[in-house]
Amino acid sequence: MSTWLIKGVAPYGGDPVDLLVADGVIAEGSAAGAQVLDAAGLVALPGLVDLHTHLREPGREDAETVQTGSRAAALGGYTAVHAMANTDPVADTAGVVEQVWRLGREAGLVDVRPVGAVTVGLRGERLAELGAMADSAARVRVFSDDGMAVHDPQLMRRALEYVKAFGGVVAQHAEEPRLTEGAQMNEGVVAARLGLTGWPAAAEEAMIARDVLLAAHVGSRLHVCHVSTAGSVDILRWAKAKGTRVTAEVTPHHLLLTDDLAATYDPVYKVNPPLRTAQDVAALRAGLADGTIDAIATDHAPHALEDKETEWGAARPGMLGLETALSVAVLAMRETGLLDWRGLAERMSAAPARIGGLPAPGLVVGAPASLTLVDPAARWTPDPAASASRSRNTPYAGRELPARVVATFLRGEPTVLDGKATR
Amino acid sequence: MKHLLSAGDLSRDEALTVLDTAVRMDEALAGREVKKLPTLRGRTVVNLFFEDSTRTRISFELAAKRLSADVVTFSAKGSSVSKGESLKDTALTLEAMGADAVVCRHAMSGAPHRLAGWVRGSVLNAGDGTHEHPTQALLDAYTMRRRLGRVDGLRVAIVGDVLHSRVARSNVLLLHTLGAEVTLVAPPTLLPVGVAEWPAAVSYDLDATLPKADVVMMLRVQRERMGQAYFPSEREYSRRYGLDRHRMGLLPDDAIVMHPGPMNRGMEIAAEVADDPRRSTIVEQVSNGVSVRMAVLYLLLGGAQ
Ligand SMILES: [Zn+2]
Repeated sequence: MSTWLIKGVAPYGGDPVDLLVADGVIAEGSAAGAQVLDAAGLVALPGLVDLHTHLREPGREDAETVQTGSRAAALGGYTAVHAMANTDPVADTAGVVEQVWRLGREAGLVDVRPVGAVTVGLRGERLAELGAMADSAARVRVFSDDGMAVHDPQLMRRALEYVKAFGGVVAQHAEEPRLTEGAQMNEGVVAARLGLTGWPAAAEEAMIARDVLLAAHVGSRLHVCHVSTAGSVDILRWAKAKGTRVTAEVTPHHLLLTDDLAATYDPVYKVNPPLRTAQDVAALRAGLADGTIDAIATDHAPHALEDKETEWGAARPGMLGLETALSVAVLAMRETGLLDWRGLAERMSAAPARIGGLPAPGLVVGAPASLTLVDPAARWTPDPAASASRSRNTPYAGRELPARVVATFLRGEPTVLDGKATR
Repeated sequence: MKHLLSAGDLSRDEALTVLDTAVRMDEALAGREVKKLPTLRGRTVVNLFFEDSTRTRISFELAAKRLSADVVTFSAKGSSVSKGESLKDTALTLEAMGADAVVCRHAMSGAPHRLAGWVRGSVLNAGDGTHEHPTQALLDAYTMRRRLGRVDGLRVAIVGDVLHSRVARSNVLLLHTLGAEVTLVAPPTLLPVGVAEWPAAVSYDLDATLPKADVVMMLRVQRERMGQAYFPSEREYSRRYGLDRHRMGLLPDDAIVMHPGPMNRGMEIAAEVADDPRRSTIVEQVSNGVSVRMAVLYLLLGGAQ
């Protein structure tokens, strides 16, 4: 175990201190023999936690692997990611989740926490063996059919109830499928002009409304994935005010980008749920600032070139997110005065850790030294070819972003130094 | 003008130039024994049809041939089209062949935009999904001008499945640019959410619109829409939104009836209306299509120089 002295770093952007990292934890006492990292001007945050990552392995190793996705995560300041279940085979058994978990341990760059499918094969017909996944070495706590909604209300009710036995949570991709058949982008003015089939906001809102009612009825926890509309924020605010145990996440891209980007017909902007309007973006930012939305989650969705270099209608939905999430969050939330560094740390580390059932991250003595150092003054322009991800589908190519991750530590070991992955 | 992807790309002056050029094409060919101009000799025009449309394909072929261009037609329908990758591959092939212009018809909205990013030649949108069909709008404007002497100030009713119609989208944009007043008439299910932002009025009532229309343009309504609950039955659609002889009587005396084809006779338009020699321009639209497409190819390929 290496010992590090991180000198002159500003925890949460506050007064500079020296942080001693020893034996995997934040330590006190003698720094003798420690390697010194000059962190003057850098901000320290607890390691970021992503609730929504597509690592594509097993099945689509041409688009991403646990290894490449882990590296992208570490470079983005993450120390834990939740790997979504829509792999091939689907992560709906103890065997598959353990495989993903083991691959994550081998990569050793972030804690890879597999998400288990709610239903067998994501087909929405019968429950997967949720208990077996919870009891497996992967200790699954988050269950999701992401990509598909658990559409059948009875099945959703049962899933919400069943996972209570082991402190699990169902993370719902909220989309009423009959309202989104053939949908290509947000339904509205831009879709009307472009002749692309609309994905109405009501398809998300209707599903969230149903689910918060079900969760309240059975007294279960519900987590709502990638909230994208102003109406969804209203429903969540209402449900929380009533005491419903619901949490929600928003993606960086829904905090920044809008549906008019589809006018290029470049599928790099195609994502599900789709980019919405400027009013939705404003409502999502406000909801994230006031805590109606608990967390930022990337929905990092790598896709092979041939799945994006196509007509809009033939392309797969999804965007890269791990390496740019913090910068986009700084741009959308910090530079607008909506959240400070501590607020960002809550939304990108503490809250997602809580929702995922991970120990509370922190920068206090005795806490695991999983943390990231950020240069708040840096400006950079993402270059798809330079991405650590195996895929190139970032919507931020050529767009200048603020703040850059300089170093990341996972339980005391550096995974990123000088902005480069250590392995 | 490098590409023609959307009717909205055309300024008023550019649109009028196309229409004036089409007139000159007509005049140049009139009385010639051999219907051919030497203008585009040595240039290559590729017709790239990912979707069947015999009439549009033939119209473009004829237009290019009458300008003496070398014409190659790719009918890529079926096989690998559903795998979008083939569009990129096709674009690279066209590049290698040195196509000066690519006329692209595709079932997916925006496909010609993508193509335009991958080839050096001009791309001409010959209908993309439910997006646009700009040369159809140009030939419609050309037809109005020939019949009624102007487009500016005309009251045009566009009737039918606006939601899925590329013809409607292009016409709304072009007619607005040219100063016409457009009213869209359809059941609310067949109008897009967001239509209020279009430069057009909206009505659900055909009978109330017809007496104030100089032009009524009927859109094709696909029978399959019925199964998706856009309307209850063919009969009900045709009763409320079809143009029959009785409704035709509501039009002002010199109003014209247009249809981009192919028609569903008895659905959106009655046979006696479609064949009415005084009002119907349907056959004329077909021949005007060739003139307008000649004009567009000529202008895109720099024939003006
Ligand atoms: Zn999702």
